[in-house]
This record gives sequence, C-alpha cells and structure tokens, in this order.
Amino acid sequence: MSSRQLFRRRGGSLGGLRVLPSRGAAAPTGSVPVAGRRPVVVLRSVSKTYETGEVEVHALRRVSLTVEAGDFVAIMGASGSGKSTMMNIIGCLDVPTRGHYWLEGVDVRNLEESDLSRIRNRKIGFVFQNYNLIPRTTAVANVELALAYAGVKSKERHTRAMAALCQVGLEDRSHHLPSEMSGGQQQRVAIARALVTAPALILADEPTGNLDTASSNEVMAIFSRLNAEGRTVVIITHEQDIASFARRVVRLRDGQIYEDSRIVPVHSETRMEQREAPADAAPASGNLGGGST
Amino acid sequence: MNVFDNLRVAIGGISSNKLRSVLTTLGVLIGVSAVIILVAVGTGSSQAVESRINQLGTNTLTVFNTGRFGRGAFSSGTQTQLASLTIADVNALDNPNNAPDVKSVSPVVSTSETATYGANTYTATVEGSTASYLGAEDYTVQAGSAISSQDVTSHAQVVDIGSDVASNLFTTGENPLGATIMIGSTNFEVIGVLASKGTSGLTNQDSIAIAPYTAVEDHLTGYSQSFSELIVQGMSASTLNLAEAEVENILAAQNDTTVADLPFEVLNQATLLSTVQSTSSTFTVLLGAVAAISLLVGGIGVMNIMLVTVTERTHEIGIRKAIGAPKSAILTQFLFEAVLLSLIGGTAGVAIGVVGTRFKIAGVQPVIAPYSIVLAFGVSIAVGVFFGFYPANRAASLRPIDALRYE
Repeated sequence: MSSRQLFRRRGGSLGGLRVLPSRGAAAPTGSVPVAGRRPVVVLRSVSKTYETGEVEVHALRRVSLTVEAGDFVAIMGASGSGKSTMMNIIGCLDVPTRGHYWLEGVDVRNLEESDLSRIRNRKIGFVFQNYNLIPRTTAVANVELALAYAGVKSKERHTRAMAALCQVGLEDRSHHLPSEMSGGQQQRVAIARALVTAPALILADEPTGNLDTASSNEVMAIFSRLNAEGRTVVIITHEQDIASFARRVVRLRDGQIYEDSRIVPVHSETRMEQREAPADAAPASGNLGGGST
Repeated sequence: MNVFDNLRVAIGGISSNKLRSVLTTLGVLIGVSAVIILVAVGTGSSQAVESRINQLGTNTLTVFNTGRFGRGAFSSGTQTQLASLTIADVNALDNPNNAPDVKSVSPVVSTSETATYGANTYTATVEGSTASYLGAEDYTVQAGSAISSQDVTSHAQVVDIGSDVASNLFTTGENPLGATIMIGSTNFEVIGVLASKGTSGLTNQDSIAIAPYTAVEDHLTGYSQSFSELIVQGMSASTLNLAEAEVENILAAQNDTTVADLPFEVLNQATLLSTVQSTSSTFTVLLGAVAAISLLVGGIGVMNIMLVTVTERTHEIGIRKAIGAPKSAILTQFLFEAVLLSLIGGTAGVAIGVVGTRFKIAGVQPVIAPYSIVLAFGVSIAVGVFFGFYPANRAASLRPIDALRYE
C-alpha cells in the first residue's frame, strides 16, 4: 500500500518542547510496558479537580496509565467515572491539576496553549461522538484542515487528504458536504481527518455513540484495521461491545482505574456472529498488561 | 492556513448568512459613500466660490471709502469734511515712479439706473469708469468695442452693456451695437456687449452698464469730486501685497494722515481668496467628520455581527482548536472575515460615492477629492481590523473544551 508510506511520515519533532530525559525513569511503577515497545502515553499520578462554586469535584484521583505504541486501548466507565476528563487530558485539551503526563516523552503539563495546539495537531487525531466536522465544508476540505494547520502546502494536502479518505473508503464522497452524508460516513470522514496527520495517537470519544449497529461495525472495523497497521488507538466508550474490539480494556470508577485487563480483540467478521448470541460480548482472556490499581 | 485558505473560509462564513452580511456591509457602505460625497460637496462648493473670486480678478485691489473723516479733520481746525477719493488720488496712484507695482487705476462712480430701449426697461448697475476698468474687473467685450480713454476725456455718452442688459432690452436677433438706449433720462450709444461672467455672491455681474465716468458724472450722479471706489490693478498676483503697501502709503500722503488712520479701506482679493479657502476647507473637514461618524457606526455594526458570528460558531472554533488550530489561526480567520465584510462595504461605498457625486447636491456640483476615496477605503479596512479584532480575539481565546461543549 503506497499510501501508507505517506501516513508514516511524521510531522517532525516539536522543537523547543521539553523532552523527558530518560524514558526508563518516566515509566510509572503501576503499569508495566510491553517489552520493546515505546510508551506513547504516560500518565503518572494524574489528578484533576474542578471547582464548581464551593464544591471541589475530583474527576480523576492519582491515575497512572501507560499506553504503548501500537496498542488498542478502550477506556470504559459509567458517566461521572472521569473518562471524559481522562480523554480531555490525554487529548491535551485540558491539563492535569496534579501529576505528570508525557505524550511521546514530552511533558505537557506546563505547556502554553500555543504548544498544546501544536501537539494536538501533530500527535493526536481526534474522533468525536458527534463527528464534529466543520459544517458547509466538503469532506476533503475537512480532512485537509488538519494538514492546513500543520502548514502543509495545498497540493500535498489534497493528495494526502484523498489518500486518507481512500483508507476509510470514502474517496467517491470527497466533495460531499457533511449534511449530505450519513452518520457513519461523517464519522469515517472524521477518522480520515484524525489519521491524515499521521499522529502518534488516535483518540476516539464514544465514536459509535450516534451510530446504528452496521455503521458502528464499519467504524470499529476501520479502527481495528488502523491498529493492525500499527497505529495506537485509544477509545473512550461505555459500551462493552465496542470495548471488545480493543486489545486492552481500562475501567474507570470514581476517578480511579479499578480494572486494567488485556483481551483478545474481536474482529468485525466474528462480531456479527456474536450479535446473534448476545450472552457475553467480552471474552476475557487473561490479564497480560497488568492492572495499575 | 495561507491567505487563500483564510479567504475561502471568510467567504464561506459571509455567504452562509447573506442577509445579515448585506445589512452589515450596508453600514460601512453608507459611511464610505457619505465621506466621499460630502467631501466632494465641500470641495465642489469651495471651488465654486474660488472661481467666483477669481472672476473678480485676483490681482486687483479695491479702495473704498469707509466714511471716516479725513483731510486734517479735527487737528487742523478746518471745517470737517468726509474723506473722498478724488481724481488727484487717482493721478497720484497711477504713477509708475511712486507705485511701480500698480498697473492701472480705475476710478468708479456707481449708480443704479433704469435703462430703456423702445418699450423695454431694465434696471442695471451703471459703473462710470475709465478704459482700464474692463481689464481690471476681468470683463471681456464679446461684440463691439470697449470704452476708450478718448471717450473718457471727451465725456462721450457711450456704454458697454452686460449680457443680461442686452438680453432684456433687445429681442433675439436684434443687434444692440449702435443702438441708442436711455439710461435714466440720458441717451447713451451702445458700443459693446460684454461676455457673460455669471453671478458673484449676490451680485449679478451681467446686469451692468459701463460708461465713461465723466459722462456718468455729467448726466447721472452729478459732479461730486468723489469716486465710490478705485479699482487698482497690480502688475501681478505675486506683487499684489507690494502694490497694496504702495497704495496705502500714497493715499496716506495724499490725505495728510498715516496708514493706520487711513480713511479708506484697501481690499486685497488675494487675501479674500485665502480667507475663503480656509473657511471652505474647515467646512469640508466638518462635512467629512460628520460622514466619518457614520463610518464609525458602520464599524460598530461589523463588530456587533462578528460577536454574533463568534457565538454562533463557538462549536466550530472548538473543533478547529481540537484538531490543532493555533490561537493565531483562529484570530486570523475571524479578522479576515471582519475585514472582508468592511472591504465589501468599502468597495461598494466607493462605487456609490463616485456615482453619487455625478449629481448636483444642494445646488453644488460635487468634485471628487481623490484623497477622500483613498481615505474612506483605507479607513473602512482599518475599521474592519479594529472592530474585528475584539471578536476575533475572543474567539481565539476560547478554551477548546469549553468551545467543544458549546452547542
């Protein structure tokens, strides 16, 4: 696949940012990295506190988590468990109140907003529940936008955006507006936009929350394929079905990780069979990664 | 994001709500066209006034009696009498040795008389003067000849009539030249018809009959040893101030007084012109300032609509920030949109302003001042930047998670 080469191209190093001096020292105690894999996300004793009036809300309490390159992690939890806060912190949309967060070795805690936006652009690809495409803008233009903010030239931008749309099977819809596409198609455009910058991490927040089963399967199949190609994927979800596509499931409750297990991921082909027998959608398969709590 | 990307996004934003954008640009449009039209009206009226003053002749001085006592009034104990402009004064001034910068001196006796030809009557200003008067007052003879020095010395009853006098006394096709008209109760022969000069302020310069002052004194005003005014023509406009000083000194000497106590007023047309010019430029600035206020109001309209746009597109801003738009990119995007709005208004305003100045406004033919176009256009862009900055900065400063959560 020739287009893969394009996506492998990295956005270049983030000049001027503080880089963790030694990865070994950074590895948090709770989480054991898979041998030979470099960590993409390292959270160490991260807490997040919101002050709503008089009351302090502890959304995250001393959470430590390591996500290695090439992993497929599902972060699960009920509403109020802190998974959205976790997503915001991992996605550099928010900064932790206490603790450290290294994204590819870069400590993001004390970064300025301008550096954070650069990190979001180069290292993270977002997929949201409500697609979050720019309205009145064609699919290809939406995908190009991420490259435009990275300063990629117009011609290269278009080539890369078309290749990304090709990856999600929407090359023939490139000039459709979001309003002219189904939810599943919009979400696939959003995935194309997330992967076009060849980020270190694809971060999806309830990506199938607004989709029907068929579209959900399509979208999850794309995530599975991207992961099989070596991309690191983190999905926030509350659906067991969706989490079963991942290799590792992290469960949150009351702002803390209470379960962290490795599973054998379901493939989209087998998933359809499981739909027939909805008894148990999570074939637990031992705890390879080791729990952090 | 380069200029084209920003432009495309800005056009998309503006065209997504066409009516609102049109109404917003209307504010700037009215401001810009008002600046151009009102400055053009100001420029047009000042040019009109200047050209009228130029018609009076810019290198002439007018000496007239102020009605003060003169000629040794009280101190000498002689009988007090009003100072008067006499033929002796004229001869003293019309002397190249004493007054090298004076070209000619034309004494004027002036009266208003009814002219009659056949059954037609017309009331005209009768100016009795010398041959140099026509040149000094910038009159040209359209047909026939001007009064000559010979006519003055011979007290000839000849007259040059203005175009209005000619058209009112004579029917079309009738040749006034050689005709004898009655002015007051005296017959004068028409020897010339003057070209039209139009009105100067309240005076109709074409309702005039110019005859030798000797004949006017003989038959109309009576011999009073005094002229109503002297028209002094300077050698050139640049030496008019020298001529003025010479005239004042000679008249002071003639009347045994000082320049400060001179019982005559010497009016310098150049001084008058500069006074009028400064007055009219103040007038133009004032008009421009009023119009600039409407441009300012238009700018506030742009700001208002940009604030609405930012609120409406908060979620979009959140998306852009999440996928890595730096603060500067959001700032530029909304600034582009604001400037584009005011630029469209500015361009349309210039077009309407240029078209609008083709019509007469309040009796004045507007004259477009090129600087006003550049200024109005430039200010409209500046207004876009200035009033667009606050909303754009507000958009750029939004926190991505807050903006994303906003629906």
